[in-house]
Amino acid sequence: MSFWKIAWRNLQQRALASTLTAFSMALGVALMILVLVIHGVVVNQLTNDAQGYHVIVGGGKGSKFEVVLSTVFHLGTPLYPVSYSYYEKFVDGGEYAPYTEAAIPICLGDSYEANDGTRLRVVATTPDMFSKISYAADKQYEFAEGENFQRENYYEAVLGSVAAYKTGLGVGDKFRPAHGISSDQGDHDKFTVVGVLAPTGTANDRAMFINMEGFYLQEGHALSAKTAVQRPVVLGSKVASGSGLNVGDKLPSKAEGEARSSVLAVLGPTGTSNDQLVFAPSEGYELPKTATSTTEKPLPLAADGTKPLPRAQREVTSILVLCKSPFYAGEIDRQINKGIDRTVQVVAPRGVVAQLADGFLAPMRMILLVLTIMIVVVAGISILVSIYNSMSERSHDIAVMRALGAKRSAVMLIVLFESVLLALLGGIAGMLLGHGILAVASPIVERYTGVMVAPWQTSPEEWLLVPGLLVFAALVGFLPALTAYRTDVAKTLSGGR
Amino acid sequence: MLLLEDVRKSYAEPDGSRLDILDVPRLAVDRGEQVVLRGRSGGGKTTLLNCIAGLTTVDSGRIEINGRDLVGLPEATRDRFRAQHIGFVFQTFNLLPAFTALENVLLGMTFTKQKADPQRAATLLEQVGLNHRLTHKPSSLSVGEQQRVAVARALVNRPVLLLADEPTANIDPAHQQQVVDLLRESCQQEEVALLLVTHTPEVADQFERVEELEAINRVSKSSGVVA
Repeated sequence: MSFWKIAWRNLQQRALASTLTAFSMALGVALMILVLVIHGVVVNQLTNDAQGYHVIVGGGKGSKFEVVLSTVFHLGTPLYPVSYSYYEKFVDGGEYAPYTEAAIPICLGDSYEANDGTRLRVVATTPDMFSKISYAADKQYEFAEGENFQRENYYEAVLGSVAAYKTGLGVGDKFRPAHGISSDQGDHDKFTVVGVLAPTGTANDRAMFINMEGFYLQEGHALSAKTAVQRPVVLGSKVASGSGLNVGDKLPSKAEGEARSSVLAVLGPTGTSNDQLVFAPSEGYELPKTATSTTEKPLPLAADGTKPLPRAQREVTSILVLCKSPFYAGEIDRQINKGIDRTVQVVAPRGVVAQLADGFLAPMRMILLVLTIMIVVVAGISILVSIYNSMSERSHDIAVMRALGAKRSAVMLIVLFESVLLALLGGIAGMLLGHGILAVASPIVERYTGVMVAPWQTSPEEWLLVPGLLVFAALVGFLPALTAYRTDVAKTLSGGR
Repeated sequence: MLLLEDVRKSYAEPDGSRLDILDVPRLAVDRGEQVVLRGRSGGGKTTLLNCIAGLTTVDSGRIEINGRDLVGLPEATRDRFRAQHIGFVFQTFNLLPAFTALENVLLGMTFTKQKADPQRAATLLEQVGLNHRLTHKPSSLSVGEQQRVAVARALVNRPVLLLADEPTANIDPAHQQQVVDLLRESCQQEEVALLLVTHTPEVADQFERVEELEAINRVSKSSGVVA
């Protein structure tokens, strides 16, 4: 009969105490599993959300974290916007178009109240969002129901899976986005749901996507004609070369809300002080109609004949840019972030997410892990107490085994095996319990939050638990094992303890 | 087969002095011989058995079993020797409550070098009339059945010597004879020497050779004190 079997039989003999002890260990391990898996899920979620494109071009005011939070995670307040003309630099022969595979404009500012009272973000964009970029690791957006909206159908919308569940809206239903992010500041026109996205496990599951053209036509979304007037300026040659500004660029604004001037022309070198001046028209100037570029690609007309909002009155919150190669992402970053125009900034979302994970989540995880390790240690001590308390009543059995020829080391090993078995069984039960809880909770969590949990996926740290528990069990089992080792056979058999 | 020569054993008293327990000039038991060791309660009988089994060290002397002197051997060697060559039947049977009858017998084989032989264990249990109780735990066995399991366990390694420490002390008179008969018959069948400690005259009277501890132990003779 093996020592393992003897140890197992001893545990069976104290079935209730053994079960309770193993259960306390199982609880500790289950908590540890939950911490590990949930942390992994959160990090994956963050990472997945920030994939599918290389950089985000956002407003120059605010931090890169704010850009990522509002654009990627649909959190916080939308930042100072980017001009529509800046967006057009990334498309149709624009300055950065050679680097760009796809540029997706994002307009934020609207929301919709779900059935449970939560406010879902309404994201205005183009259909390219779901056809030209991917999510997570190269996964293409799929529609669980319906299809993508069409650019010429201004009032079409696509819902994320969680948004569809929370609002109860489906294909063919209409909804009226509210102006404002956190409160209802007035209803807009109705949009018709034409598609519901399959779950992606990203923040987009919780968003409602509407056609940007329809968004622009809603009250409060168009720049007023006055604000939109951009007084053109002419730059002296040294100003142009020193600032990097060129025809069509905008000058940095001095104050929020101030109309920003655009460069109409750059003078050739004159060799005079005029080379260092910026020439602007006097007050009361009005943009002549002839100043509108005739080379611009026409905006898409609505199928129903609705006129689109003029370019000059458009802004975007941010632009998701998928580059033709990752190298170009660096180039765009260099050109924009190192340039003179401080009204925009380029953010690499993955780097920001990594910083977020390392700077915030890693310490949190460490704290939680320390707490759960302490729970496991307490459970380990309960193993020690359980076995140690049983030693006095088992000293007679140990003495009998010694009388039958068991060496001191043999009885010591048997007691250590008991400790190892308890820890191992508790550990395995804890792993099953932890993953079982996740398996039960994951469909509910996914439905309500869009967070995808792979309940049976294990992390490398988890597999370190097994050898860790073995070592730990050997440590906590050592004291009772030593008691077994020191049992005085003759004295114990004669009735003494 | 068993030879004790000038075996002395004493214990330390709290005041530092030594209390002599045993001083046995000579005791020999032949192979297959059945001997009763009789003496007053507390006279050192159990101590003598423990010394023979190697569970207790002696101060001096020689304890030879099957030609091997146990005195001076390291404890681990004595343990291994005991497992292979000595069977032990205790006053309270000392079956382990967590194990079945068969497992209790197999436990006797666990600490030897040889591989556990469930067939041998089952055969022995069958010989003592317990073939229908193999999977029963001690708590569901009668006192007599428990003692039979203990005998089977003591014999499972084919020892040369079986030490029985008052095996009938806790048994009612009706069953005492059964246990004695079982021990004697089993030892006879297995050709095992039997050294049985008892203070029950009815048991001792059945044996051809009875050794009085007071007669072979100089400490008892000199002091006349019950140790």
